[in-house]
Amino acid sequence: MLEQVLAILMFSLRTVPQRLGSVLTAVFGITGVVMVMVGVLSIGEGYKKTMKASGDPAVAMVLRSGADTEMMSGLSRQDTRIIKDHPAIKQVDGTPAAAAELFVIINLPKRGTGTDANVPLRGIQPQSYAVREKFEMLEGRFFEPGRNELIVGRGAVGQFEVELGKEIQVGANRWKIVGVFAEGGGVAESEMWTDAGVLQSAYRRGDTFQSMYIKLEDAARFTAFKSELIRDPRLRVKVMRQTDYYAEQSRTITTLVTALGAIIGTLMAAGAVFSAVNTMVTAVAARGREIATLRAIGFHRVPIVLSILVESTLLALAGGLIGGFIAYLLFDGFRTATMNFQSFSQVTFAFEVDAGLLAMGVFYSTVIGLIGGLLPAVQAVRSPVADALRSE
Amino acid sequence: MSAVTPEPRPKSLMLHLDGVDKSFKRGGQSIVVLEELSLKVPTGEFLALMGPSGSGKSTLLNLIGGLDRPSHGSVVVDGQSIDSLKSSELTRWRARNIGFVFQFYNLMPVLNALNNVALPLMLTNLSHAERRKRAEIALGIVGLGHRLKQYPRTLSGGEQQRVGIARALITDPKILLCDEPTGDLDRASARDVLDLLQVLNRDLGKTIVMVTHDPQAAECATRILHLDKGRLIRESGSGANP
Ligand SMILES: Nc1ncnc2c1ncn2[C@@H]1O[C@H](COP(=O)(O)OP(=O)(O)OP(=O)(O)O)[C@@H](O)[C@H]1O
Ligand SMILES: [Mg+2]
Repeated sequence: MLEQVLAILMFSLRTVPQRLGSVLTAVFGITGVVMVMVGVLSIGEGYKKTMKASGDPAVAMVLRSGADTEMMSGLSRQDTRIIKDHPAIKQVDGTPAAAAELFVIINLPKRGTGTDANVPLRGIQPQSYAVREKFEMLEGRFFEPGRNELIVGRGAVGQFEVELGKEIQVGANRWKIVGVFAEGGGVAESEMWTDAGVLQSAYRRGDTFQSMYIKLEDAARFTAFKSELIRDPRLRVKVMRQTDYYAEQSRTITTLVTALGAIIGTLMAAGAVFSAVNTMVTAVAARGREIATLRAIGFHRVPIVLSILVESTLLALAGGLIGGFIAYLLFDGFRTATMNFQSFSQVTFAFEVDAGLLAMGVFYSTVIGLIGGLLPAVQAVRSPVADALRSE
Repeated sequence: MSAVTPEPRPKSLMLHLDGVDKSFKRGGQSIVVLEELSLKVPTGEFLALMGPSGSGKSTLLNLIGGLDRPSHGSVVVDGQSIDSLKSSELTRWRARNIGFVFQFYNLMPVLNALNNVALPLMLTNLSHAERRKRAEIALGIVGLGHRLKQYPRTLSGGEQQRVGIARALITDPKILLCDEPTGDLDRASARDVLDLLQVLNRDLGKTIVMVTHDPQAAECATRILHLDKGRLIRESGSGANP
């Protein structure tokens, strides 16, 4: 059986040079589908990855109860003092790794286009560095507390018109960029940081903050930490794991992108199936007499059908692999910035073409190939042998 | 390919068609191609079928070879009623019992002579070496032992048809069905092919049914039947094998 399938397959594959045009049309059709699909989905994948990198399961975020984002939240200094005293918080150099932070949005021109984009400006405390273990200074120096100085994430440097040594004007204030930092590829790399106290006075926030970032002694203590803070009668707060917070933030965009990928993919796939069917119909028609002869000699239908299916699947697979490869070359690591709908600010991230996406692309092309081969395969063996022999 | 001398079995029937009708549906209409056709072919006979174009010769050959089924009537080949066989059984039966020779040879262009001839053996359990050996013998019988590696496009029409005959022979079928085997050949090549068929009939005892338009070709047969409008109208003897 296998031998028969291979033999018939070989009869056909040897004729590929003679029908190269139609074969290439089908192959590249599928290349296009897989390339675009993988490309679109790599956006969602990359975004998800950035959001995932942003989270540390041992880091808890505290917002005012009822606030979904830092933007909408507010905490008094009194609140932050109570929270800081909690015994589950990790002690670093004798002080709790808990930072009260501010979060505002400023307008900066995007690199290249020059259009305005919302960039997050975060006011931090010295403990913020202890909470964010992946933080590292890449260039320049830390800002000095009390001065209008900024450090910017490396993602922001790539996407917006900010660079080391530059001064930017925001409202009545001028800020000097004194350093560039990394934070493990997470969302913070799209932000600019300054001293919380300076930001408080620049934005007339009095002595209030918006969020607290807390490094717990142990990620397992989160549940207890959360319920104790919530039950504390002096506080009205909401406690989340940082990982959950960012997973929630990436949901909208990944859903959007996945839906977009599915729609584009389906439309293009319909076209690709059509072209695969066309190619295989041509191939089968060109070999009508050969196939009829094989059947007259005593070859059964099944190996004939299988060989046609295998051929169309092989062609589709070739198209899929090329498409996946091109998508990888074009899109993987391609950096961009987009709106984070929850925080109304820009997040920079890189498209991510990973093994899972490539496997999906290959699987998808296989399905296209199978569907494309089915009709011609059935056609090839459905007609009576006598008729097939007669038609030249 | 038992090269033994054929035992004289003049009375055993290789083929028995009884009351065969065949009609085709075309555009809602039914076209009668064969009507109440009965035919007996003894084992070892070389039968030539003649008749005008469209008279149903190929259709009759297809019914005998199990490529198509009669609308009515029965077809018995070597004692086996093939009407009762399921489609897949019929396919298997063809592989074992029938050798087809086509007007346009129907060789696989991507296979050389040897592999074309060995093709039907792919449906058997024979080893690769055994298949090759048999294909070489078959090509030897048709006089192409020196052309094993050549591809169809490098062979003359007559040579291609002889490869086709070797392919039909390879499974040692009881019956060879040839539809205008010389229809596309010049005189000399046709002569070679007809001589070969006569040898296969006389020396290997193959029963042959051959459709032809050529009276000279028909002369090679032991019996000639004329078909017209789906009926056997005339029988004429032949000088070849009295
Ligand atoms: N599948 C089919 N559907 C409809 N009509 C058919 C079909 N097969 C054969 N016929 C018709 O049956 C008639 C006999 O055909 P057949 O091929 O048997 O003739 P033939 O005697 O072999 O002719 P030729 O000498 O031209 O080969 C023709 O009129 C043909 O059109
Ligand atoms: Mg005919």
